[in-house]
Amino acid sequence: MNLTELWHRMGSPRWFYQMSGPWGTGFATLAVVLLVVGTMWGLAFAPADYQQGNSFRIIYIHVPTAILAQSVYMMLGVAGFIFLVWRMKLADMLLQVMVPFGMGVTALALFSGAVWGRPTWGAWWVWGDPRILSMLLLLFLYFGLYALRAAIPRAEAAARACALLALVGLINIPIIKYSVEWWQTLHQGVTFTLTEKPKMPIQMWAPLLVNVIGIYCLFAANVIIRLRGEVLRRESGTAWVQEVVATHDQARRGHSGDSGAMA
Amino acid sequence: MRVKRRNRLITVSFVFIGAAVAVGLMLMAANENLNLFYPPDKVVSGEAPTSTGIRAGGMVLAGSVQRNSENLDVRFVLTDYKGSDFEVVYTGILPDLFREGQGVLVQGQLGEDGVFQAASVLAKHDENYMPPELEGMGA
Repeated sequence: MNLTELWHRMGSPRWFYQMSGPWGTGFATLAVVLLVVGTMWGLAFAPADYQQGNSFRIIYIHVPTAILAQSVYMMLGVAGFIFLVWRMKLADMLLQVMVPFGMGVTALALFSGAVWGRPTWGAWWVWGDPRILSMLLLLFLYFGLYALRAAIPRAEAAARACALLALVGLINIPIIKYSVEWWQTLHQGVTFTLTEKPKMPIQMWAPLLVNVIGIYCLFAANVIIRLRGEVLRRESGTAWVQEVVATHDQARRGHSGDSGAMA
Repeated sequence: MRVKRRNRLITVSFVFIGAAVAVGLMLMAANENLNLFYPPDKVVSGEAPTSTGIRAGGMVLAGSVQRNSENLDVRFVLTDYKGSDFEVVYTGILPDLFREGQGVLVQGQLGEDGVFQAASVLAKHDENYMPPELEGMGA
């Protein structure tokens, strides 16, 4: 199979649906294991910080959610670009189903940051801090993407508008990332990257890495399961979806009482 | 079909680059105003406005903290370790992370006499974390 062919196949909702059956549960299981291990490890076993004591442990929620808040938006921007240029239906579905999770982690990152700021800085919220403001703008972009789709009745027009907003909003991502370097902020510099030597010893850093990978798995599980549902909803008029539904019904009738046979 | 797609690619790229350039120019124009606080050299040189609410920041000079034994008044000096420093007076409870050699942010008014009357003090901390037993080992 050459590359062009692979590209077209990846864009086929039917291909995705048939391939992705076991992926959702796989990622969900992995996510639960990693998040339980990482969170327990970080909250109970990792050492406290020499200055902040135990309030430092908020890092195990704050950093993974903040990283994902930005990653999800980058994926939205890429999906928007692909939809605008190639009109790939699956890219638009992806754009739709990724928004709620991104909104959730962004809100959680802002909330955990406020809870952390109170004991360490002495303030829940500092208006004017560039990092805080650019993250708040990111949350509003997620709200906007969600509202825009609901506000435009014609699906095709809604898809184009959302794709454009997702793409243009991408400009905010480098602003979030470099806000702590370009301007004087109260927020500290970059703590966690895969490319540089960590700013903390391994016993603090390892549980953080576990949680970051865990939340990516949770995101993957959420998106795959929701995308499968969205594929069935949008393609409900096609023969292959009706076939899937018919097989499903048949299997359920055959195993009546045997719950979860086709789950 | 191929031509249509190429045209869309060009249009979309232009929209994105145009928006990015516009935002970039706006940020460059607003650059100074986006800083959260005035560093010590701006306060000393008089670039920071007096008698109006501003934020200023710096490191707490070691040995400069004087607490009043009868009330919550505290005086300290903020420095950038490059020769610019100014005095701050504050009444109230300081955050847990406030200590000498630590970065802090003060909100309040700069007096004509160059003394900063702080209404609130926020502690700034850096991105280095370590367990207590490793303190001072440069871990």
